[in-house]
Formats: sequence, structure tokens, C-alpha cells
Amino acid sequence: MTLTLILEQTFNGLQAGVTLFLVAAGLTLILGIMDVVFLAHGAQVMIGAYAAAAVAAATGNFYIGLFLAIPVTFASGYVLEFLLIRHLYRRDHMEQVLATFGLILFFNELIRIGFGPAALYSDLPRSLSGFVEILPGAPYPIYRLWVILVGLACAIGIHIFVSRTRIGAMVRAGANNPEMTAALGINIKILFRFIFAVGACFAGVAGMMLGPITAVQPGMGEPLLILSLVVIIIGGVGSVRGAFIAAIIVGLIDTLGRVFLPAMLRSVVDQATADGAGPAVASMLVYITMAVVLIFRPTGLFPAKG
Amino acid sequence: MKKAFTIAALAAAITLAPAHAETVKIGYMTTLSGGAGIIGKQMQNAVELALEHKGGKLGGMDADVVFVDDQRKPDVAKQLANRLVKSDRVDVVAGIIWSNLLEAVHKPVTRSDILLISSNAGPSTVAGEGCHKNFFSMSWQNDQTPEAMGKHMQDAGIKSVYLMAPNYQAGKDMLSGFKRYYKGNVKAEVYTKLGQSDFQPELSALRATAPEATMVFQPGGMGINFVKQWKQAGMDGVSKLYQVFTVDGVSLPALKESALGILGTQTWSPDLNNAINNKFVADYKAKFGGYPSFYAAQAYDTILAIDHAIAKSGSKDTDKMRAVLAAGNIPTTRGLLKMNSNHFPIQNIYLRETVKDADGIVTTRVTETVFTDHADSYAAKCKF
Repeated sequence: MTLTLILEQTFNGLQAGVTLFLVAAGLTLILGIMDVVFLAHGAQVMIGAYAAAAVAAATGNFYIGLFLAIPVTFASGYVLEFLLIRHLYRRDHMEQVLATFGLILFFNELIRIGFGPAALYSDLPRSLSGFVEILPGAPYPIYRLWVILVGLACAIGIHIFVSRTRIGAMVRAGANNPEMTAALGINIKILFRFIFAVGACFAGVAGMMLGPITAVQPGMGEPLLILSLVVIIIGGVGSVRGAFIAAIIVGLIDTLGRVFLPAMLRSVVDQATADGAGPAVASMLVYITMAVVLIFRPTGLFPAKG
Repeated sequence: MKKAFTIAALAAAITLAPAHAETVKIGYMTTLSGGAGIIGKQMQNAVELALEHKGGKLGGMDADVVFVDDQRKPDVAKQLANRLVKSDRVDVVAGIIWSNLLEAVHKPVTRSDILLISSNAGPSTVAGEGCHKNFFSMSWQNDQTPEAMGKHMQDAGIKSVYLMAPNYQAGKDMLSGFKRYYKGNVKAEVYTKLGQSDFQPELSALRATAPEATMVFQPGGMGINFVKQWKQAGMDGVSKLYQVFTVDGVSLPALKESALGILGTQTWSPDLNNAINNKFVADYKAKFGGYPSFYAAQAYDTILAIDHAIAKSGSKDTDKMRAVLAAGNIPTTRGLLKMNSNHFPIQNIYLRETVKDADGIVTTRVTETVFTDHADSYAAKCKF
């Protein structure tokens, strides 16, 4: 366990964390402000990845794919809110769960009808496929660094937007007390629709960036959904700052735990036991963290309502 | 209204028509939804192609195949198996991609005195002491394919190897099969999460150990993720990649040129030269527009086996079909398939390389035969 390896794994954890944040940012606002349990957020990740991969394949240019996928995911979020989600605001959580779970199945099937069940081909652009030496002898893929940078840029952008702009103030007010915000003359309907579309858009950005490194296939966003629910619980529902910090924590714990825990166990018990138990315990770490946070801070680390 | 009446009349006519031929009913279970849906789709294509080749009849009987989607969940698989056996009253249950799902349906089906024929999964748990006379594999026992990989790498004089597989029964079988024939230095055995999409942390750890070679088992979409990330992380400069069930007809359309040159072992390849395989591959490509994967070939073979069993015994009776299948010499895309005493095939295992075909499509080609008539290592423990 050299310093180089620890540094490299920290970068891997950061990269996983910022990707999670992009998904969780929208989700925490949707749950915190609109009080909607929205399970189909993973579908937005998939839509972003497919839009980027399909446009990149048609035009032969990765960046055009990225650029066009942003309005596509924004539009899909906007339309979805208008068609379905706004009718769910006054329903209870169970009905929201059922409706949005149905949406997951709907979107997976839609993608399967449109693009077939096979994974789409998507690869890195030449300009992002090299390596940088983060330390001598530790080459790191440029693309992964680029993902970290884009994720951080989005995080800073969301932070400035929420804390420094007029609309951001409305969003914060909406998260804290939606009825009072509406009573003060703010068009909460339009605000909700806008937040929903922006949230979908950030999930889409996560999907676009995942496209070149993972399989672009139906249901690809679902594994991220569960982890991002953990993130918003740890971070505090409705808090973008909480989501960011929790996403980085979850990304680091998951990555470092997965790699170093089996190695550590190997020095305590025999190799066969360590190889068997290591991955199992490592995959529990994130949930153990969530349980511990819930014990000491039941509303999360940075609760939005207070 | 008129149309509805016509349809009703037609339906009545069909149900009232005297049953001339007997019908064999097959419950075919595979994964049709989720990330592994493409595997199930290819298997379904292959089953339909086999039925088409046989004119809709298996061994002279009308064939009725019910496809069910197990969603890659063991509990769903078990429920479906019970439904197929008890309410659909099928004569044979076949299919099944995943070892953990096969374990879930093994008892409910075999104990109902119905044949269970695996088109893919071959866990060690049903090959040895846990074997059952009503189970047949038309694929392989999990250990067999990596055993060939182990033998090839041992013979190639590779000094050290790093192993990686998902943390479930098949992953454990694969690595234990590999180690049965590879006697060099195993630097690490890493078990990843089933369905994992990002392997970068594992690749970073691998780089730090610098093994001469790496052998992975990452089936389906995991294979696409793994190979993409391996290439992107520049791992080719660190270690040589070998694989089983990772680079195949399912992952190659998404990997294309990036997978060229990767070696793996397999019991089947699209270029295996025999009449059945040539027809299967040519017709599959013509009908579905792409190379079939080994999953598809094994699904096709499963239907051929049922056809063979009924044709030769003249019956869909479990005991009679079992006797035919147990005798082996089943015509398949892999030639005449021999059967071991535990009802797993004895077969050749080939080294395959990823290449471009004459049309520039990325596929696999056999470069050598690692094992001839290779039997699995659990058969001796199996007593029916």
C-alpha cells in the first residue's frame, strides 16, 4: 500500500463521488423541495448517455454529442414534469413510488424499442484518451481527471446559483417552506418544473460522462440511483451542499473500502476467508455509514429544513 | 363487432380442431429485461431460429415454447419455475444464464420429474454430490472453460497472474477451475460485485502489483465495462489480458476494435467448421444482423437436444428422453456432443482470438484446441 496507490485510489473515489453528486443533486432538490419520491432519476442518466452516444456516433464528434445531450435531458425532464410529475405532488409517497417505478420500466422499454437491447458502442475522443502522471510512475487517465473537473465545475455552478442568485433564493425558500414561498407570490409551479428539468439535466450530464467508460445499455442508471438515495439521506434531504459532501464521502468510502479492506483482512485472517468476506463487507460499508449518520444526525449532515 | 365475432369463431375452430399431433411444451427461462437483456434476446432469437429450422416441430411433435423473463433474480426464477412446472405443465424447462438462478430452480424442477436443460449456467454445486438425473447441461460445467485458460497460460510459461471475477458461485468456480491447471504465482484473487460498472479502483490496485498476466471472468455488460476501462487505463502496458466469457458476441458490438487480439477460451466459436454450425451462424447473421454469441449457440443446441431426444425415443416422456440424452452423441453446433455420467458435456475447448472478419466486423476465431474431449472434475462425485 504505497502512497502512490492511495493517491490514485483517492482520485478514483473523487471521480465516483462527483458522478454520484450530479445524480444526487437533482434528486435531493426534487425530494426536498417538491416532496416527490422520484425513482426514475436513473432513467435520466440513461437518456443522457444514449443521447450523447447516439449523436456522437451520427456526427463522429464526441463534443457535439455532449453539447446536444444537455438540451435533450433538460427537455425530457421538463416534459416529464409537465406530463406526469406535477400530478403527483399531492399524492402520498407510496403512489409516487409506484408511478415513478413504472417510469423506470417505461423508459427502459422505450430505449430498448428505439435502440435495441444491445449495448451501444461509445468510446473516448482521441483528445481525452491519454494519461497524465499524477505522481512519477502513476499514470492516470485524462478522461477520469476531466470527469472530476466537470463534476467539480457543476458543483461550484450549482452552489453559486443556489446561494447567490434570485432564483436560487427562491429554491432555498421553497426547500424550507414551500407554502410560505407560494404565499409570497412566487410561481411555485414554474419553479418546480424548472428545478425538475435542471435536476434531470445534471443526471444526464453524469450519464454522458459515464457513456465512454461504461456499457451504454438499458437500465444503466439504476445502480447509481440506490447510491444516490444513500447520498441524499447522509447529506440531508433538500441540501445541495449536503449532497456534495455526502457524495464525496460515499465515493471515497466505497472505492477505498473495496480495494483496501480485503487487503487489510488478508493480514488478519487467511486468504480464502479474506477474499470471500472482504468484498461482502466492503459493499456494506456505505450502508453502515448511512446507519451511523442516521443514529447521530437523523435528518442528515446538512438538513435543509430547520 | 363483426371482426370480433370472426376472431372468436376462428378461436373456437382452432380449439375444437382434433389434435392430430402431440405437442411438446417447453418452458424457456432467460433474462429478457435489464442490462443482461441482450443475452436473453440472443438466446430467444436462437431458440426461434432452431424451431424455424425444424419446421416448428421437435422430433415430429408440435413445439410450444413459453419464454419467461427471470429478471436475473433468483427468487423470480424460482417462482417462474414453479409456475412452469405446476400450472403451465411444461414437459421440459430449459435456458437459464446465471449459476445462482440455476441453483434456485434446480430442485423445484428436477424433483417434479421434469427435465431441466441448462443452456448456459453450470455451477459445480449441481455437478458433483448435488447432481440430479433430471438435469442436463448443453453448455459446460463452470470450471471447464477456465481450466483450458489455465492450461494455456501454464504452457505459455506465464510466471504470475492476477485473477478477477464477480463474487458469486460462477466467479468462484471459474477461478478454482483456472487454478486447477495453472501452477504459477497467483498474485491476487479479487472478487468484484456482481453487476459492477466501474473497475478503475481494481485496475489501479492491479497496476501496483504488476502481474505478468491478468485473467478475468466478467460476463455480459460487466465485460464491456471492464475491457473499455482496461484499455483506457493503459493496462496493456502493465499486464497481458486473458479472459473467459468476457469478450464474446454480446460485448464485441460495443467494444469493436478495442478488443482486437484479446485471447480467451471457449467451447464454441462462430468459425467452428461443421454443417450445423455453419448453417446456424449464416442464418442467424442473415436474420438478426450480427454474429451470434456462445449463449445463442448453446440455446440453439438446447433445442436440437430436445429434438434429438424426442425423435430418437419417439416420446416426450421424461424417462425416455433422459435415456437418449444420457447416451450422448447429440448433434450440436459443436459437433456430436458426448455426455458425462453427471450429464455435463465432454467436449473440446478452444483458444479464441478476437479478430476482424472479411467484412471488417470484429469477431472471434479459433487459434488452437487446448483440450480434446475434456471432462469436468466433479463427475466422479455424482451418484444418481
